[in-house]
Amino acid sequence: MSRRGLIEVQRLSKHFGWRSVLRELDFFVHRGECALLLGANGSGKSTLLRLLCGLSRATSGVIRIGGWSLPAEASAVRAQIGLLAHRPLLYENLTARENLDFFAALYAIPPAERARRRDDLLAQVGLAARANSLVRGFSRGMQQRLSLARALLHQPDLLLLDEPYTGLDSAGCAMLDGLLTAASRSGCTIIMSTHQLERKPAYADRALILAGGSLVYAGPAANDLAALYRQASASA
Amino acid sequence: MNRHFLTAVRAIVSKDLRAEWRSRELVGAMALFSLLSVLVFSFALELDKNAREEAISGVLWVSLIFASLLGFNRSLALEQDQGSLDALLLAPVSRSAIFVGKLLGNCLFTLLVALALLPLMTALYGVQLLDGWALLTTIVGVFGFSVIGTLLATLAVQTRSREALLPIALLPICLPFLLTAVRATKGIVSGAPPSEWRVWLQLLAAITIIYLVFCLLLYRFVLEE
Repeated sequence: MSRRGLIEVQRLSKHFGWRSVLRELDFFVHRGECALLLGANGSGKSTLLRLLCGLSRATSGVIRIGGWSLPAEASAVRAQIGLLAHRPLLYENLTARENLDFFAALYAIPPAERARRRDDLLAQVGLAARANSLVRGFSRGMQQRLSLARALLHQPDLLLLDEPYTGLDSAGCAMLDGLLTAASRSGCTIIMSTHQLERKPAYADRALILAGGSLVYAGPAANDLAALYRQASASA
Repeated sequence: MNRHFLTAVRAIVSKDLRAEWRSRELVGAMALFSLLSVLVFSFALELDKNAREEAISGVLWVSLIFASLLGFNRSLALEQDQGSLDALLLAPVSRSAIFVGKLLGNCLFTLLVALALLPLMTALYGVQLLDGWALLTTIVGVFGFSVIGTLLATLAVQTRSREALLPIALLPICLPFLLTAVRATKGIVSGAPPSEWRVWLQLLAAITIIYLVFCLLLYRFVLEE
């Protein structure tokens, strides 16, 4: 395990054909920190998250998570990562409970633990009453809540969240803040892409600002994220 | 083969069966397609009894392979469209477990269609397809082309022209299955002595094993970006 951080990224680049999406990124995130990933649409935030969870391969550069290199040691890293992506990554023809049971089996959660964790999480995301409803009948916000439960089910060391507030109402946003605060306090490292510059989550320590595929700021998250974002983007 | 491998395979298969039970999307389309194919061939060959007897094993296998194309494509497309393929790839399970899970699901769906087709064809064409050896040939043949079909459907589903790509890629590769399965079924249906058709069944089983090993080794590369 490196002394620098849970996540270490060095000279990371990603190209799709001739198009360069990420250029020479260098940053680290310490264990237990929460880093906000900021940037305009198309700046490469989702691509960076896909690279960090091993769903995509870098064109060049190094990614280390918990001391393991990606993609060479991806199988060791996968069990540590929880991903909340743009799409819910759920099965529409299964119920909320069946979805969580399925992923619990894939993550080798002991059968004795499964029911407890599943029911706790369904209650925490406010879906206990709809546990036996099919996901295809869920609204976007309900799917987002269930996705969050899926991402937290195996108690990951690293949470990667791509626009997690999308589709959530104000109660949902408060629920998400509560769950992420609890996860952060329990030592979970969080990287979260967001457009919500108007408020900095209390648990956010660090900001990473992307502009045109380059990292233009990597440092402490200021209270006024909008001003930090404007300043970093202007200096790029 | 460790315990987690088997748990993951069982979870993927039961998830596919449960989802299909609720939607009836795959088996319904496959069954309807194969039923229509068999009926069309039945009318086309109605006047010529000899041609009908000669063609029956070909009709069975062509109907099954074309119906399975619908199923393989849809089975993987559902994973891709809902984004759940990413969730599977993110889970700490071996790619082989994902392959075997999807393969068994696809194979079971195609076998269900085959089990409906055999009595129907027996009634329509007046030949005995409800025979232990014919059933065994069907199971081995369906498993064989499900192996290669699952691999190629996973490849095709990641492209924009997935509906067109799968048949183009699968049909030539399926030829060894088609030839051996048709020969074996034809021998069984015509009442020929086992020495005449058993070699085709053995060949079908050998090709299936070779393709299975090949696909297990290749699957993780197919899943990588």
